[in-house]
Amino acid sequence: MKEKVVEAIGLKKSFGDLHVLKGVDLELYRGETVVILGKSGAGKSVFIKIMVGLLTQDSGVMRVLGQDVEKLKTKALNTLRLKIGFSFQNSALYDSMTVKENLEFPLVRNIKNLTRKEKDLKIEEMLDSVGLPQTINQMPSELSGGQKKRIGVARTLILNPEIMLYDEPTAGLDPITCMEINNLINEVQDRFRTSSIVITHDLTCAKITGDRMAVLLDGQFRSKGSFQEVFSKAEDQQVKSFYDYNFIES
Amino acid sequence: MAEEADDRKPLLSKKIDKFFKGLADAWSFVRRYFQEAFLPPFEFKELIHQCYRIGVESLPLISLTGFIVGIVFTNQSRPSLSEFGASSWLPSLISIAVVRAMGPLVTALIAAGKVGSSIGAEIGSMKVTEQIDAMEVSATNPFKFLVVTRVTATTIMIPLLVMYTDFVALMGSFLNVNANEMVSLTTFFFQVFESITFLDIWSSVLKSIVFGFTIGIVGCYKGYNSTKGTEGVGRAANSAVVISMFLIFIEELLALQIVNAIRNM
Repeated sequence: MKEKVVEAIGLKKSFGDLHVLKGVDLELYRGETVVILGKSGAGKSVFIKIMVGLLTQDSGVMRVLGQDVEKLKTKALNTLRLKIGFSFQNSALYDSMTVKENLEFPLVRNIKNLTRKEKDLKIEEMLDSVGLPQTINQMPSELSGGQKKRIGVARTLILNPEIMLYDEPTAGLDPITCMEINNLINEVQDRFRTSSIVITHDLTCAKITGDRMAVLLDGQFRSKGSFQEVFSKAEDQQVKSFYDYNFIES
Repeated sequence: MAEEADDRKPLLSKKIDKFFKGLADAWSFVRRYFQEAFLPPFEFKELIHQCYRIGVESLPLISLTGFIVGIVFTNQSRPSLSEFGASSWLPSLISIAVVRAMGPLVTALIAAGKVGSSIGAEIGSMKVTEQIDAMEVSATNPFKFLVVTRVTATTIMIPLLVMYTDFVALMGSFLNVNANEMVSLTTFFFQVFESITFLDIWSSVLKSIVFGFTIGIVGCYKGYNSTKGTEGVGRAANSAVVISMFLIFIEELLALQIVNAIRNM
């Protein structure tokens, strides 16, 4: 039986009167990619932010690598965070630092006693893995949207995470760059043996990257399963319209 | 139930509630600064970088302003003193005014505009573009890295800038006095140091430390709590300046009362 790396049980989260998550359950098994689909504001990002302790749930349990995130003290939470790579929607590159400094930032803070040469090698290796070695001395403002996403991924990979979280990896990108990002997600999965959660409302991205889908609508997962299982016989009108709107040929 | 009751509250009551909630929030931010500032790990490299940005990069503006203040204040004071045949007291008058009030106040107000707004905008933009979250998920304490370093840097650098402004303003004043009254540099500074006391210098330094802390903490607080995208960043920068300036005047008033009380003891 496969090992569960993430397990959410009855997770609830509200912001004032707005009930974003109404008791959701989800498991992520080692080595697989789960895609969470849903409308904007459905609570997809909230779900993964609870996973890394950026937000706290109102009730329910979020277990990551066997640890209850809510109950962890700062030090233990930080140790857990090092095993999770978080690729943000807008890349969240530190805009006052060069690409090299962006990659070096998590490295020098979390791995002590690295020599200058070791750091440089690691940075070059990561930039090679996302196909952007030439950007090393550039500032984030000089990069395109797709390049920023790739550098964001490289920055999270530098600490060898066990779990990768992608928040809207293809949002705001042209179709060709979207394809490149989708391929990158799969390459990362194969090369670094990570388990991943991809948050998106792009069905092409979901189909290419995901082993399993979970459709989050009205604060609950309405449908779970493979792409075919979720969309080929979709009876839920909202799930069906989600598919129809994306114009994907089955 | 509580929310329904909240909806029924009159507008004024809601505003008062909001004000006190904001005050409590700001207080917990200040408390967190003191909790985190003295606990390792210390971000020395970033602190030095911020000291450089806040101190060295403010020098041209501070120099120009201090110099002009010295010249203008001397020029404006001369007619009044001349009426009583007391223009020889100009160095004493200027030194007391510059060291006790104008140096710290002018420096702090300029720093509030230049440094406070830049801190508010920088941290605000990091907040709305999720850079602070990115720092947190990479196991770095963003409060320590961004807030503690900047507030400490302003607290260290503003007193140094004030001393520098005092010197530049006095030099500006000397040039004016020298051109009009033919007073030598030695005589000018002899009169200056004869007029100012240790209490003047210490109160000026202590006041500047408080001003520096205020500029840093207000800029960071406003930036750290900014919301609503780019509009929020603009607001954070703007309110960082306005609130810092307001607090600096209040602190100046309080410092004046305290120093006068000590002087009369």
